[in-house]
Amino acid sequence: MDEFEPQIIAFCCNWCTYAAADLAGTSRVHYPANVRIVRLMCSGMVDPMYVLKAFEGGADGVLVAGCHLVDCHYIDGPEKCDAMFAKLSKMMHVLGLEDERLRREMISTSEGTVFARVVKEFVDQLKKLGPSPFSSLRKEKVAV
Amino acid sequence: MNLEDIIQETKTYYCLECGKCTSVCPVAKYDPSFSPRAIIEDALLGFEDELIFNQKLFSCLTCYTCQQRCPCDVDFPVFIRKARAIAQNNGQHGICAHSGQLQSLARLMTSPDIKQRRLEWLSDKYRTSNDSDVLFWVGCAPYFEPIFEDIEFRALDITEASLKILNLLGIEPRLLPNEKCCGHDVLWTGDIETFKTLAEHNAAQIKEVGVKKIIFSCPEGYRTFKLDYPNFGFDVGCELQHISEFLAERIEKDGLKFNEVKKKVTYQDPCRLGRHLGVYDAPRKVLESIPGIEFVEMQYNRLDSICCGTSAWTNCDSYSNIIRTQRLSEATLTGAETIITSCPKCQTHFRCAMVDKGEEKRAMPSIEIMDLANLVASAMGD
Repeated sequence: MDEFEPQIIAFCCNWCTYAAADLAGTSRVHYPANVRIVRLMCSGMVDPMYVLKAFEGGADGVLVAGCHLVDCHYIDGPEKCDAMFAKLSKMMHVLGLEDERLRREMISTSEGTVFARVVKEFVDQLKKLGPSPFSSLRKEKVAV
Repeated sequence: MNLEDIIQETKTYYCLECGKCTSVCPVAKYDPSFSPRAIIEDALLGFEDELIFNQKLFSCLTCYTCQQRCPCDVDFPVFIRKARAIAQNNGQHGICAHSGQLQSLARLMTSPDIKQRRLEWLSDKYRTSNDSDVLFWVGCAPYFEPIFEDIEFRALDITEASLKILNLLGIEPRLLPNEKCCGHDVLWTGDIETFKTLAEHNAAQIKEVGVKKIIFSCPEGYRTFKLDYPNFGFDVGCELQHISEFLAERIEKDGLKFNEVKKKVTYQDPCRLGRHLGVYDAPRKVLESIPGIEFVEMQYNRLDSICCGTSAWTNCDSYSNIIRTQRLSEATLTGAETIITSCPKCQTHFRCAMVDKGEEKRAMPSIEIMDLANLVASAMGD
């Protein structure tokens, strides 16, 4: 049997983490290809629904990443994101999702290597956990 | 199912176009673009696309005010529910409150592999028993807890108060660790498949534990179990009771007495408990039997009661907010200091309106709101 390849949806802010992922690419830092990046203007706009939808679609883990607290282009995006994330984690905890499947990171533009490290760590963690408890809801199998 | 079938099933063809539905509709009162009569007309003229792809389809509160007044007994709320099912099949998911999180949670719950941690809040203060004949349905309260933190609403307060009441009356209820959403919200947003999966799971779980009675603190769950499960062929095979009915029964049969609570209160009839199931007297009886409670009715009460503005977490817009504000003002006008309701969702919506950060905030009436179970719990024990 093939090794389990987790699928990760990463919500990344346009100004910091998306640029960091870009930097990781241009500086040829290798990281696993299990991550699908969704670019958003700000981590503060991540709605819990986006994350729920990712799990409904069969994601094994979700990464929400954006600027550091002081770097936000919209002043208080990361604070909003933190507040949303705290509520969301509690909700997903009740639902029986392992807490490790949700990850909140702050990665700035220059931290391409940090982005690569976070993705690597996350993939290792998810490989240990196995498929998400909602993976049976996935309609079609997507090749990683 | 197509539009023609729905017309046949809900006897929409009897419509006289008298417009009573639109004239009593709480949404149509403020939203000029929403009209039950026009929706029925679209259906009867065969304008399926206009009907299905109209986002206003999700504005209906399914509060049953129209159906109560209809001279031809057209079941408009069920018509809407079925039309929404067609809309869902056509990829129209409507605009849902909280961006559809609550519906999404219900869909996620259909996964057979999940192990919910829904009873972590339960403390030693409450006695529960796995051999009990009585089951208490916890419902979505553990999920509402984090979602509604910021409007200072603790849904589990209602659950805890209900458990306290049951314990004080000598009942140690059974709680199901893996109960799933009753499916009310997905059913009324038209997602029939999800509803069936959830109903099947719940009905099987309840049959397996073999209880004689289920007590609900949420009228939506109660309605779904009482009317929709049998309609879809799921039988739970036991007696169902809302906590207010249970208390009214105890007052009548066993002469249950309460301690004094000095308060002037009014009562908001939840649409699911009132118009859907016809339970108007039980909560009033409970209120009147608490010494010290001065009970006043709002102008629109019982059958005419006005909905809290959103149901089944579908469309919640500025019109919903006006409905809520109006209802809150009506409650304030009675001179009551507290609105009592027996539905956690009514409470959520009213609280939300009162902490709304919108422009109208200054005009927003402020009044205490409390669940019947909380009031009763405070009138019991030492």
